[in-house]
Amino acid sequence: MANTHAHHDHGHDHAHDHEHHGPDKGVMRWIKTTNHKDLGTLYLWFSFIMFFIGGLMSLVIRAELFQPGMQFIDPEFYNQMITLHALVMIFGGVMPGFVGLANWMVPMMIGCSDLALPRVNNWGFWILPFAFSMLLSTLFLPGGGPAGGWTLYPPLVLQGGASFPLTIFAIHMLGISSITGAINVVVTIMNMRAPGMTLLKMPLFVWTWLITAYLLIAVMPVLAGAVTMLLTDKYFGTSFFNAAGGGDPVMFEHIFWFFGHPEVYIMILPAFGIVSTIIPTFARKRLFGYDSMVYAVASIAFLSFIVWAHHMFTVGIPLAGELFFMFSTMLIAVPTGVKVFNWLATMWRGSMTYETPMLFAIGFVFLFTIGGFSGIMLALAPVDFQYHNSYFVVAHFHYVLVPGAIFSIIAAIYYWIPKWTGVMYDERLGKIHFWLSAIFINVTFFPQHFVGLAGMPRRIPDYAVQFTDFNVISTYGAFLYFIAQFIMIYNFLRCAIWRKGMVPATAQVWEGAQGLEWTVPSPAPYHTFEDPPHVGDEPAAAH
Amino acid sequence: MAMNKPGLSNSRGTWKLLVVVAGMFCFGFVLVPMYNAICQLVNLNGKDSAMLVSAKDVVEREDTTRTVKVEFVTTVNGGRVFTFRAEQPSVQVHPGKLYTVDFVARNERDEAVIGQAVPSVAPWNAARHLRKTECFCFSQQPFAANEEKRMPVRFMLDPELPADVEVVTLSYTFFDATALAGGKAVEELQKQAVVAAPKS
Repeated sequence: MANTHAHHDHGHDHAHDHEHHGPDKGVMRWIKTTNHKDLGTLYLWFSFIMFFIGGLMSLVIRAELFQPGMQFIDPEFYNQMITLHALVMIFGGVMPGFVGLANWMVPMMIGCSDLALPRVNNWGFWILPFAFSMLLSTLFLPGGGPAGGWTLYPPLVLQGGASFPLTIFAIHMLGISSITGAINVVVTIMNMRAPGMTLLKMPLFVWTWLITAYLLIAVMPVLAGAVTMLLTDKYFGTSFFNAAGGGDPVMFEHIFWFFGHPEVYIMILPAFGIVSTIIPTFARKRLFGYDSMVYAVASIAFLSFIVWAHHMFTVGIPLAGELFFMFSTMLIAVPTGVKVFNWLATMWRGSMTYETPMLFAIGFVFLFTIGGFSGIMLALAPVDFQYHNSYFVVAHFHYVLVPGAIFSIIAAIYYWIPKWTGVMYDERLGKIHFWLSAIFINVTFFPQHFVGLAGMPRRIPDYAVQFTDFNVISTYGAFLYFIAQFIMIYNFLRCAIWRKGMVPATAQVWEGAQGLEWTVPSPAPYHTFEDPPHVGDEPAAAH
Repeated sequence: MAMNKPGLSNSRGTWKLLVVVAGMFCFGFVLVPMYNAICQLVNLNGKDSAMLVSAKDVVEREDTTRTVKVEFVTTVNGGRVFTFRAEQPSVQVHPGKLYTVDFVARNERDEAVIGQAVPSVAPWNAARHLRKTECFCFSQQPFAANEEKRMPVRFMLDPELPADVEVVTLSYTFFDATALAGGKAVEELQKQAVVAAPKS
C-alpha cells in the first residue's frame, strides 16, 4: 500500500526527481496532493481501515451467532451491525480498494503521467473520510445507527431515527466520490493513452476498469435518486414509496436493484482484470483469449442492467417477469464461464510458479466459481423461493465478495507492492497468509450454505438450536480469518514503513511480468511517463 | 485516439460524462411513472384504474351457473390508530352481478384523523375483471375523534373472469394519512365530516 512517500521522506533520493519537484513535506502533502500515486496510496490505506472496521463489525455478528439465544448484544444493535458492516465493506472497503488500485496502476499501465483530473481526484478521495465519519457517527446517536439493512427498503428504513438523514447524506457523498473517480478513469483511458496503445492493446485491468467506470457513471446517480426519494418521503411529504399516498414500496426495490445489480459487477469486474494480469505472469504465457475476455466483460456489464429483479423474485412479479429475469440471469453464466475457462487455459501447460499473488489469483478462480455456482442456483426463480433471505444467500455473496473481490485486491497488492515500495514482501509469510485465509474463509462461509438450505434466515440475531454446530464452525472460521490478516498487515507494513532488512526489488520484479509499469524503476518514481513511452506493434498486451 | 497533451479534450470528455450522470439521475425519477404505467398495464398492485367504473356503465349479466368466493382481507398499517374489518369475511358471488359489502373502520384516537385505504387484488389475473362502482378507497376518509364509519364497497366480477379462478381475494390496508393530507386539508375534511355526519 503506502509507499513512495516513505521513500521520499527518507530524503536520500531527491536526485531521482531531477526535473520534477518532489512531494510536499508532512501532512499537507497528503491533504493537498494531486499525484495519482499518493492518492492511490491514500485510497488503499482508507480501504484498509474500513476493512478493519467492517471486519470488527462482522466479528460482533459472528460472536452473537456463536450460540443460539441472545449472548452479547441487543437485537437492535445486531441490526445496526449488519447494516453498517455491509455499507462499510461495500462503499468503504471494496470500492475504494479498487479505486486505489486504478489510481496507482491505470496511468502506469497506459503510459501517462497522471489521471486526467488530478484535483478532482483529490476531492473525490477526501470526501470519503467525511462521509464515513458521518455514517459511523450515527452509532453514537440516540437510537443508534441505521438498522434497516444496507438495501434501505422502505417503509422500514423510514422508521429509522436520527441516523436516517445522516445515512442518506453519507450515501450521497459516497456517490459523488465514486462518480468523480469513474469520470476521471474514463477520461484518462480515452484521452491519455501512450502513442501506439490502441484499445485492444490495453492491459485487461485497464479494460475492466473502463467498463466498471461506465457502470458507476450509469448507476450511482440512480442510487442517489432513490435515496433522495426516501429523504423527501420522510421529510417533505412526497409519496414515492408511501402506499397511503399512492406510492409503492416495491418500486423502491426495483429502483434500488437497478443500481444494485450493476453495483455487484462494479465490485467484481476490476477483480477479473487483476486476475487476468497475474495469472499470465506466473504461468509465463500470454493470456488465453484476450479479445474474448474483453467481450465477456462488456457482455457481463450489459447483462447487469437487465437482471435486477432476480433479487426480488418473491415480491409478486408476473410469471413472464420471473421467467425473463431468470433466463437473463442464467445467461450471465456464459461470459463468466468464458472468463473462467480462459484463465484455466492460460494456466494449461504454463511454466507455473506459485508466488503469493498467484496463489491468491488461483484461490480467486476456484472460490469465485463456487460463488458463481450458488449464484446460478439462486437465479432459478422456482427454487429461489426457498433460498430467498436465507443464509444460503449470505454464503453466496460472501463467496463472490471475500475470496472474489477481496482476494483479488490482496493479490494485486502482493503483486504490485514491490513496484510501489521498491522492496519484496516476505514470501514465506505471504504463503502462510494465503493458506490460512483460504482455509478459514471456507470454514467461515461453507457451512452457511448448509444452514441456509436447512432454513436459517439471514438478518436474525437468534436461531433454532439445530443450526448451532454449523454456526459455531462459522464463528471459529471468521475469528481465525480475521487474525490471519494480521500477517498480511505486518508484511505490508514491512514493505511500506519498516523496511530495514527487506530485499530490494528489481524493476522487472516478476520474471514473467509484462506491461509498461515494469519498465519504470522500483520503487516507481514520484512522476512517471512525463514523456510518453512508445508502444510497439507487438501483439495485444500479454495480460 | 491516443493523445498526450489532451487539455481541451479532457474537459470535453468530462462534461459529456457529467451530462450522462445528470441524465441517469433523472432516469431514476423517470422510473416512477414508468413503474406505475407498467403496473397498470399488467394490473399489478391494485393500480388498475379500470377498476373504478361509474354505476351507469355497468351492465349486469349475471352468470348463475358459476359461483366464485370473494374473500376480504383487512389490515391496519402500523400502530393502533384504526380498527378496520369487513362485515363478513367472504361472500359467494355470481360473476356479472353487483354486490355490496360494508366495511367498518373506527378511529381509536381522541383526535380527528384521515384514513386512506389501499386496495390489492389477488390472484393477479382476476384484478382486471373486478369492477367497483363505489369504494371508500377512492378517496381519503376523514374521521372525527373516536368516530366509527360504515363504508360500502359495491363491486362486480365481470363474466370474463378466467375459468380457473375460484377464489378472489380483495385486500385493503388502512393507512393513517393525516400527515400526508397536510394541515389545511385536514381542517377542511374535518369540517366536511361534521357536515356529512348527521346525514349518514
